[in-house]
Amino acid sequence: MSDTSARLRESILAGQAEIMERHPHAFRPAWRAQLTPAFVATGLVGLFVFGLWYLGFTFGMLLTGGSQLWVILGVMLPPNPETWGRVVFYLGSLAETLGIAFLGTLGAAIMAFPLGFIAAKNVVANRIVHILSRRLFDTIRGVDTLIWALVWINVVGLGPFAGVLAIACADFGAFGKLFSEAIEATDRAPVEGVLSTGGSPLAAVRFGVLPQVLPVITSQVLYYFESNTRSATIIGIVGAGGIGLHLSEMIRTVEWQQVSFIILMMLVAVSAIDFVSSRLRQAIIGVRPV
Amino acid sequence: MLVARTISPIATAEIAELVAGYARALSARRMRSLQGLAVLVVCIVLAGWAAEVRPLTLYDKIGNFTNYIDATFKLESGDRVWTDPVEWFWGLGKWLKLLGETLLIAYVGTIAGAAIGFLFCFPACSNLMKTKWVCFVTRRALEFNRTVPELVFALIFVYTFGLGPVPGVLAIAIHTIGAMGKLFAEVVENIDMKPVEGIAAAGGTWIQQIRFAVLPQVQTNFLSYALLRFEINVRGAAVMGFVGAGGIGDTLIVSIRKFYYSDVSAIIVLLILTVMLIDYGTEKLRHRLIGSERQR
Repeated sequence: MSDTSARLRESILAGQAEIMERHPHAFRPAWRAQLTPAFVATGLVGLFVFGLWYLGFTFGMLLTGGSQLWVILGVMLPPNPETWGRVVFYLGSLAETLGIAFLGTLGAAIMAFPLGFIAAKNVVANRIVHILSRRLFDTIRGVDTLIWALVWINVVGLGPFAGVLAIACADFGAFGKLFSEAIEATDRAPVEGVLSTGGSPLAAVRFGVLPQVLPVITSQVLYYFESNTRSATIIGIVGAGGIGLHLSEMIRTVEWQQVSFIILMMLVAVSAIDFVSSRLRQAIIGVRPV
Repeated sequence: MLVARTISPIATAEIAELVAGYARALSARRMRSLQGLAVLVVCIVLAGWAAEVRPLTLYDKIGNFTNYIDATFKLESGDRVWTDPVEWFWGLGKWLKLLGETLLIAYVGTIAGAAIGFLFCFPACSNLMKTKWVCFVTRRALEFNRTVPELVFALIFVYTFGLGPVPGVLAIAIHTIGAMGKLFAEVVENIDMKPVEGIAAAGGTWIQQIRFAVLPQVQTNFLSYALLRFEINVRGAAVMGFVGAGGIGDTLIVSIRKFYYSDVSAIIVLLILTVMLIDYGTEKLRHRLIGSERQR
């Protein structure tokens, strides 16, 4: 065995010059290929270090802050709402949170549904309409839910209704974009079939496009409902209803055991919603959750 | 039935049966849809009651909304903002500096979070980590990190680390650890295990298996996910200031609360432009990354 490998080695070494000539790229020094990634990595790390310095990170600050965080974590455990009245109170605002997420998502979907068709290239074949509606969706999407919440608080006053409207607004942009993309990705054949049997354009959309996009749209709406449950938990921080209001109050009044109890409730609610909605998604479109 | 008779009178009974069957199927489907609709309506009513929805208030006050949007596009003198851009963007220098700080918060948070998420994704993978409980504990920890909203972490960190960008960065980093750790772990679980077995057979340690067998397969995906996360974190960093955790959010919330109308629109326009620019840039970068992967 060793005899064979020794001979193999000799034959390779004898022809090395020729092999190197035939495959020059394989014998290029390794550092040359790694030079660009190395430069990029140095730049990224440099910017990171600059960021740490510019944003005021100091070792002492991290140490004192970290030790204080450790103390607070100790105080937080075990989570304790103190009285049953508080539990009921928090459950009520949790229901409010879920209501905000549900109605906000539904409202956004209902508003975005017709506009999704208008913004789809294959339904309304007008370049100007297409570009304008897309830019509108992008602009609305670019404004965060919390900013929308602040705007709506000015309009309908403090409370959960402002939260519903904020989520509806923010997701209207996202849904409009997603729906119109889903509609553009549909197969043209069913539409042609309906038109060839004398169906009106409206009938073509109803019987040709709608059955194709409805499952996609439903699953997207359910997915956004999950993510909005998370957003709705923090929307109360700016005063737009839900459990976030109590959370920020408890943090301000340093009631750490209450804080951990509220966070625990939020975690349970979010996982429950995730579970239910992924089951629903599976049932509706028959696709396993990603 | 007219159609059936003209084609063949013998099959009438058969066709009548088929028609009845079709009607039954249709009514069953209608029934199911109606039941679904009823459940939906009940949910809407319950949610509407819980969230104190007042359609009449909305109807009364919808004018306030358009007035508000209208007011944000007016200068103090009453003129439209675009008639005097210099006056509209009077604080451009200050705002750009704050926007830069926002981007830097997102950047530092993304890098730190992605780096730590990178370290924790390998023990969270069932195909690389054979000790079951390590896998379970890492997964639950990552889940906790991404389920608690960033702003909640920010609120707590503002209390312990003080006001300023530091708690913002930490909050974003912690959330990024959870999100990235999960996505990275999913990528790693889908790799081809043959190179790993090869390195293990040649006597490579666990670290060497990851470095030479796993990393080459996943690095493009990892970078692409990190870029996507940066995009999300820029949006997150923009509102960190709402709870005092640095960036432009602080100035924005002050101008909303104090009704500095034209400032609100100016800052939001700057924010939208920045977000669009970052989205565009990261998309280009990701396409190049995926393109370079295909070439190999």
